[in-house]
Amino acid sequence: MAIFPIRQDLWGMITTLIVAVVIVPAFASEHMIVGYLLPFMIWSIAAIGLNILTGYAGQLSLGHGAFMAVGAYSAYNLAVRIPDLPLLAVFIGAGLIAAACGVVVGSPSLRIKGFYLAVATLAAQFFSEWVFATFPWFVGGAASMVIDTPKMSLFGYPIESNLDNYFLVLGFVIVTTLLAKNLVRSAIGRAWMAVRDMDVAAEVIGIRPLYTKLSAFAVSSFFAGIAGALYAFCYVKSVDFTAFDLFVSLKVLFMIIIGGMGSILGCFLGAAFIVILPILLNVVAHHLTGGQVSPELITNIEHMTFGGLIVYFLIVEPHGLARMWTTAKEKLRLWPFPH
Amino acid sequence: MPEELAWFLEVLIAGLLSGVMYSLVALGFVLIFKASGVFNFAQGAMVLFAALTFARFLEMGINFWFAAAITLFIMVVLAVIIERVMLRPLVAQPVIILFMATIGLNYFLEGLAQGVWDTQVHALDLGIEDVPWQSVMDATNILISLFDVWAAVICGALVVMLAYFFQKGRIGRALRAVADDNQAAMSVGIPLQLIWAIVWAAAGLVALVAGALWGQRLGVQFSISLVALKALPVLILGGFNSIAGAIIGGLIIGAAEKLAEVYIGPIIGGGIEAWFAYLIAMLFLMVRPQGLFGEKIIERV
Repeated sequence: MAIFPIRQDLWGMITTLIVAVVIVPAFASEHMIVGYLLPFMIWSIAAIGLNILTGYAGQLSLGHGAFMAVGAYSAYNLAVRIPDLPLLAVFIGAGLIAAACGVVVGSPSLRIKGFYLAVATLAAQFFSEWVFATFPWFVGGAASMVIDTPKMSLFGYPIESNLDNYFLVLGFVIVTTLLAKNLVRSAIGRAWMAVRDMDVAAEVIGIRPLYTKLSAFAVSSFFAGIAGALYAFCYVKSVDFTAFDLFVSLKVLFMIIIGGMGSILGCFLGAAFIVILPILLNVVAHHLTGGQVSPELITNIEHMTFGGLIVYFLIVEPHGLARMWTTAKEKLRLWPFPH
Repeated sequence: MPEELAWFLEVLIAGLLSGVMYSLVALGFVLIFKASGVFNFAQGAMVLFAALTFARFLEMGINFWFAAAITLFIMVVLAVIIERVMLRPLVAQPVIILFMATIGLNYFLEGLAQGVWDTQVHALDLGIEDVPWQSVMDATNILISLFDVWAAVICGALVVMLAYFFQKGRIGRALRAVADDNQAAMSVGIPLQLIWAIVWAAAGLVALVAGALWGQRLGVQFSISLVALKALPVLILGGFNSIAGAIIGGLIIGAAEKLAEVYIGPIIGGGIEAWFAYLIAMLFLMVRPQGLFGEKIIERV
């Protein structure tokens, strides 16, 4: 099946790409790019990674922050210790190292599943935090444990301004999205979904659970690793283990629950939602109270809103915003004469 | 007694007693898991919620027991609301969906607790002093915290109470029936929703006790909700649906963690308490996935 069975979707995608490549760089302010677009795009990649694992292969992970941390630290070490390595190789290498870690963490999935596996991935989360906090080797012996990332250049062109970073991340978003979309449409993607829907039945029809689950873990953490590396290099411009704690893992999980499990579009919707909602809440709170409200209270309201939305979506629309969009699209196709 | 041995015993006993505190949190998980098959990630937030409410009531100058009673009442109301709003619409969903819903609940309760009260650190005084047990100290030269001993006694009393509650009377029978098989229990006319509300309320009680004890130790603040994460390895070790497992698992994890921190920690850089429990749990999982006392899961992956 074609990626876009509906002609309008194809046009929609082309328009989005034109906006992202031409219009945004021409008109968006620095604040817009750094404050909204960069985090949105990086979180989208991370969400695609988790969605492959949880939404498509049905293996819940609470350790995605750990894979992002592995990606960030690998990228830093590759870039610093092998100065001649091209930038793309740094990022892809970081992804591959994260993928290897993912396979190790995912190996218990052959014996355990459900929340047992979730606890195993949680273990990876705590272990990675401890490793990066304890051994200064990972930051080249720096005492502060937080270090700035080295300068980047792509094919001799230095990547310095926010716009350069934007284009680099955008490139990765396009490539990873295309990769993910095609993976889930291919044999391996169908195998993931078969294991998700019923692992015993999948095994009976000849799908190897070992290979399927581990490949999902590998691909998922590859994406997470790249997202982590981009987060460190292009967004915060420093490597810091506290940036990838348990709450990051949960945040990515929230993105795919709200956006839609088992949907690539959902990853983008979820990431956008999670990036925009706090800002929106802030604006609304300031508007309503005239700036009287404390930032602590806003954080708490944010937590309550997220928690409430998660429960709401799981009850009302387990497939998230992506399914709502599909439903709306179906209605629009028949509109204005539903029968 | 030789110095080395006394030190070892001291670490071991401290570990066992802190393990009791883990058991207390793990107990809340087990109660809910037994009755509804839900793995309640929000237990930590419930501990925070209960402790914060209790501490703030005490600060208002309300009588100790009266404050405890009001807090317990609030936890029961909370349980009923959770059952009504969250569990009932999600009945018969895959367990993993319910698990994710409790992660959402966790965030909600954290925000609610800190939004209604505040994010400051509150001291909580239960009237138990955290001092060494003098007579043991004199006799054997081993330092044991009296507070830990009291915590163990309270925890023991709570377990006996819960075990009695689960074994005797109509409610106890109904609880065990629901734990055994939701649908069969429902078909013989046991009100599933009521049982769930009772179980969540019981978990709320456990959360209050755990929160009060941890609260005195660490101060009532956000970080006590993270104690729940310590309880997860305990559950894996003990089995998800065994009260005895939660206790024994807690003791093993507590002791192993302290011993490892003292004897292995210095060799590889310290601070291994954060993940050592998980390591034990993972290794155990490979050998015996159902835990020490858990029911055997027949389904094979």
